[in-house]
Amino acid sequence: MNDEAAIPALAVGVKFRFDTVRQAWVVLAPERLFLPDEQAVAILTLVDGARTLGAIIDDLAARFDASRALIAGDVATMLQDLVDKGVLRW
Amino acid sequence: MVNTIDPPMGLVAELTHRCPLQCPYCANPVALHRSGAELDTATWRRVLHEAAALGVLQLHLSGGEPTVRKDLVELVRAAAALGLYSNLITSGVLLDAPLLQRLVQAGLDHVQISLQDADPGNADRIGGFAGGHARKLTAARAARQAGLALTLNFVVHRQNLTQLPAMLDIAEVLGAGRVEIAHVQYHGWALPNRDALLPSRAELDRATATVEAARQRLKGRLVIDYVVPDYHARRPKACMGGWGRRFITVTPAGKALPCHVAESLAGLAFPSVREQSLAAIWHDAPAFARFRGTSWMPEPCRSCDRREIDWGGCRCQAFALTGDASRTDPACEKSPDHATILAAVAARSTTPPDFTYRRYTNAREIVD
Repeated sequence: MNDEAAIPALAVGVKFRFDTVRQAWVVLAPERLFLPDEQAVAILTLVDGARTLGAIIDDLAARFDASRALIAGDVATMLQDLVDKGVLRW
Repeated sequence: MVNTIDPPMGLVAELTHRCPLQCPYCANPVALHRSGAELDTATWRRVLHEAAALGVLQLHLSGGEPTVRKDLVELVRAAAALGLYSNLITSGVLLDAPLLQRLVQAGLDHVQISLQDADPGNADRIGGFAGGHARKLTAARAARQAGLALTLNFVVHRQNLTQLPAMLDIAEVLGAGRVEIAHVQYHGWALPNRDALLPSRAELDRATATVEAARQRLKGRLVIDYVVPDYHARRPKACMGGWGRRFITVTPAGKALPCHVAESLAGLAFPSVREQSLAAIWHDAPAFARFRGTSWMPEPCRSCDRREIDWGGCRCQAFALTGDASRTDPACEKSPDHATILAAVAARSTTPPDFTYRRYTNAREIVD
């Protein structure tokens, strides 16, 4: 998915929350869970069902010292991976 | 070195052994509890509090059939208030639209409905419940209409495996986000029914190819979890992700177990949540420490480079097939007992024998 107008959202039955026991973000999904790494957490906190892919890339490009094109590639790859795992949907 | 024990990820709450179905591969023990032996609502609520405080993230409401419990909605509401992700594992035959509505309002996150086959007649024969299949389909549709995330669970074996493509179609048509194609694991009631259930190697290979093709076709739309049978495997499974590592199970009567089959192990005393907190059990119970990590391992596990991948496989399978829970899982081809697995496959009859159905009258023992 390279359409920057597309809007990613958490799939039905998926929750993304901070766990105070582990002091870590967790993705809770139907009979599976993921402990996302720092990069995935940065992206998932921007997935709110309203922001477009383009807006998510803009936000990360403004915060991290890397070219927008590089970030766009990384974000698209990670989001598609999360879609394939059933965590996100377009 | 400090020996830290990570908190469990999941609590499997077996609310009851009562169930309208009689599946011959049920993972419940062959000794069943009646309702009088079940934990009451207040105790379950306390267990949920203790689980959340201990670090449990997901609650799996199981059984038996959990919807026979009158307090199911109340327990789901309590779990939601604690931030626990709640998963209802059900046969679906008692799950009507009004109950679904109440469960959704209480905060239920996900429902898993089991189907015994894609063919209605055979499904009802395997489950031992006339009309069950139709009720399950109705429940699955109602779950989607209620906006719930839905998993369909198909336990597969030699008496329904040819229907696998139709099972995947049902999952797609009903709008499930996830489907489990789980070959029978030979514990509980499945072990005495092994000859009636175990597929041939060729049947297994066909099923695996079907699943692989469907995964490609349905990528991003339907998650397919596939559980292969140990009896045709070269390496064992990481049972429960390792003993005392990720899951804690509480039985209807309140026993805390590292796995829902562990009560079958002779010689281990499992603590009761009626007497101890979940945290005390997780951190201190000798039965949880017994097979945790790698230090208990015999050879060939001890020096195996997969010892922290499969954690020695399944303790209950080792016990069931060798009489000694501390041996390497015989499913592993490196196990000195692997011949017991090969012999069972070789001795498999051409025609499947009759089922021994899971019912109180066939139970080895009944606890009131």
